[in-house]
Amino acid sequence: MSLSKTEEPLEMGTKLIQGALTRKHVLDLDDFSKDEILEVLESSRSMKEVLGRDIKKVPALRGKVVVTLFYEASTRTRISFEEAGKVLSADVINMSASGSSTEKGESLLNTGLTIQAMGVDTIVIRHPHSGAPHLLAQQLDKVSVINAGDGLHAHPTQALLDLYTVQDKLGSLEGKKVVIVGDILHSRVARSDIWGFAKMGAEVVLSGPSTLIPPDLSPSANGSARSHFASFVKVETDLDKAIEEADVVMALRLQHERQQAGFLPSLREYIRRWQVTASRLERAKPGNMVMHPGPMNEGIEISNDVAHGGNSVIEDQVANGVAVRMALLYKLTVGSG
Amino acid sequence: MENEKTLIRHVRMIDPAVKSDEVGDLLISEGKILGAGKLGLEEIPEGCLVIDGADLVACPGFIDLHCHLREPGFEYKETIAAGSKAGAKGGFTTLCAMPNTDPPIDNAAVVEFIHERTKQNATVRVLPIGCVTKGRKGHELAEMEELASAGVVAFSDDGDPVYDANLMRLALLYSLDLGLPISNHCQDRSISCNGVMAEGPVATHLGLDGIPAAAEEAMIARDIALAEATGGRLHVAHLSTTGSVPLIREAKSRGLRVTAEVCPHHLTITDQWALGRKGQPAEAAGYMAYDTSTKVYPPLRSQSDVDTLIDALADGVIDCVATDHAPHDLTSKQVTYEDAAFGISVLETALGSLLELVHTNKLGMGPLIDRLTVGPARILGGSYSDLASLQPGTAADVVLFDPEKEWTVDTSEFESKGKNTPLEGTNLRGRAMATFANGRIVYQNPDLKTSMN
Repeated sequence: MSLSKTEEPLEMGTKLIQGALTRKHVLDLDDFSKDEILEVLESSRSMKEVLGRDIKKVPALRGKVVVTLFYEASTRTRISFEEAGKVLSADVINMSASGSSTEKGESLLNTGLTIQAMGVDTIVIRHPHSGAPHLLAQQLDKVSVINAGDGLHAHPTQALLDLYTVQDKLGSLEGKKVVIVGDILHSRVARSDIWGFAKMGAEVVLSGPSTLIPPDLSPSANGSARSHFASFVKVETDLDKAIEEADVVMALRLQHERQQAGFLPSLREYIRRWQVTASRLERAKPGNMVMHPGPMNEGIEISNDVAHGGNSVIEDQVANGVAVRMALLYKLTVGSG
Repeated sequence: MENEKTLIRHVRMIDPAVKSDEVGDLLISEGKILGAGKLGLEEIPEGCLVIDGADLVACPGFIDLHCHLREPGFEYKETIAAGSKAGAKGGFTTLCAMPNTDPPIDNAAVVEFIHERTKQNATVRVLPIGCVTKGRKGHELAEMEELASAGVVAFSDDGDPVYDANLMRLALLYSLDLGLPISNHCQDRSISCNGVMAEGPVATHLGLDGIPAAAEEAMIARDIALAEATGGRLHVAHLSTTGSVPLIREAKSRGLRVTAEVCPHHLTITDQWALGRKGQPAEAAGYMAYDTSTKVYPPLRSQSDVDTLIDALADGVIDCVATDHAPHDLTSKQVTYEDAAFGISVLETALGSLLELVHTNKLGMGPLIDRLTVGPARILGGSYSDLASLQPGTAADVVLFDPEKEWTVDTSEFESKGKNTPLEGTNLRGRAMATFANGRIVYQNPDLKTSMN
């Protein structure tokens, strides 16, 4: 990375540049080491400082082009990446599937090749299919790919901002009990969070209807039928038990279609058994944190008073998301030289 | 036709029809096996192509009960010409072509078209399989007698199982007097839903919708009940799960007319391969994950499923190996895993990957050859047993292979139009050196040395 001498240098730059673990893509947290996660969290802290300035602008990525390629609706992830890129002075171009050549039947691969041909440095992709970012990472040799959510698979930047938020409030993550509640089966956030929290030494407990927990995570699975996730998570379908002494409780969005598809008898019964409520939180540790990756269905997976109550860090998550994404955009640029 | 007479000398001849395994000379003439054993010099005709068979195995050409030649309708994926060349290169001399063509093989005209194309373009025998239902739609039975008279060797709505249990029952009944089996692709789609790979740890890791083993087992159980109720001939296509094996074993022990096949990939590779590391275990998926060439139906499953299937093939519960050769164009696979077409191009790697089972002592050479020849021939029935023998007077469908020859899978060398294989770049041990169909040499490996007598 070269900074023009006339520009104000990036204050937090040097230490990061020297210590950065290089990587080209961010596809999931499964290939991050604990050290690399710590590096990103520390860098995010510096970025948070930039975001607190009166003039939120540093020239770190000046002359770099970032495309956000979104095949699914998004508010926070999309805006967050755009803001992150712009604060770092990258040129950010937003593209969504609707209104693009995708509507004319252009394949993901050809769209990716087209974007690469325009000299773009980084593609931030969200796609309803698991592995869509991998397809780009395999086929495009000149761009970095950041996964902004792919199908049911992963949402690594969400997980990193979750880790940042918990670390920010509780200090270390080591030994902390993190309960993730809801539709684990269809949740890319849960998958990435499991990797992230487990790598940081937290205890991860999953709770939700058995129909929405992958069968290979269940305690009854064994041998090759047992996921390696299963070695570092516990499943407790009874939320009242799962939540005991929890440091962090994260509610996942419950999509209404799940009920129609037969995973649940009714939303009413889901609410009764798995809604994160104030009375349930009494069983958690004092000073617990309530999280939600958004967008929320208030009154379904989380009660209104909890969502906006004193233990909720849901808005902090959003704020921290910008810093974490700045750190990643910066890191990839440093890494790719 | 230039090589009407061929002599393979000092070759290990394995004849599964009589369970013999001995070194000798094999003489092929005018489309028939003329002699097998120790031939005296005076028995060797003049003008004969002579092959030194030392360290090679000669056996009947392989019979594939299940492959997709894509013609008519999908010639951009495969043709009868290319598919038959691929078969010959893989040691196959008989290919049973599945009817999921466009139009499907649900009337005599399409059967005749395939016969015609085979006559013009194919280097090996192609036997069409007819639809169970009109248009493979699962509503009304196809004209099965017309199809049988035109020469189909079995019925199947492959890819689309016959969902309606009563229609399946009627198909088993109706086909009774035609003497042909119904091959069903057993997949209960109300269970498999949108699944794209085996349910299990890898699917969970990759966030791909899993296909529970029960999707296969539930329909096999149903079909076995229907076979019992009707006395019909049920052939279960591409068995893939541990739980399917006892269903077949038990049905056979009760004397039902039930047979089963298994594919080379379900005997050799696992769902781990979807991680894009050729089966190497990995905690992190990495950017090579979602290898769409591993997307196949039934899906690749766990090592314990693989082990169970090998045992079931060895002990004869599973009658035969069938490739389910499913060639696709590149575009159908250069998409997300979810969007990718199901299927692997298998014909040219089958022998090499199956021999791994022999090299690792999981399956004997004799049984392997039996499952590629006598096993499928018995299911075809009638005079097809002639194809699975080296006895003098039988058809000279013969493969000569080197069980030790090491090679690297390079799809750019494939005869098949389908380059879709997860084995690309892997090393295999064992390869066909020459394939004879009706006495004609239809494939010859460049390393094979021949001379004229």
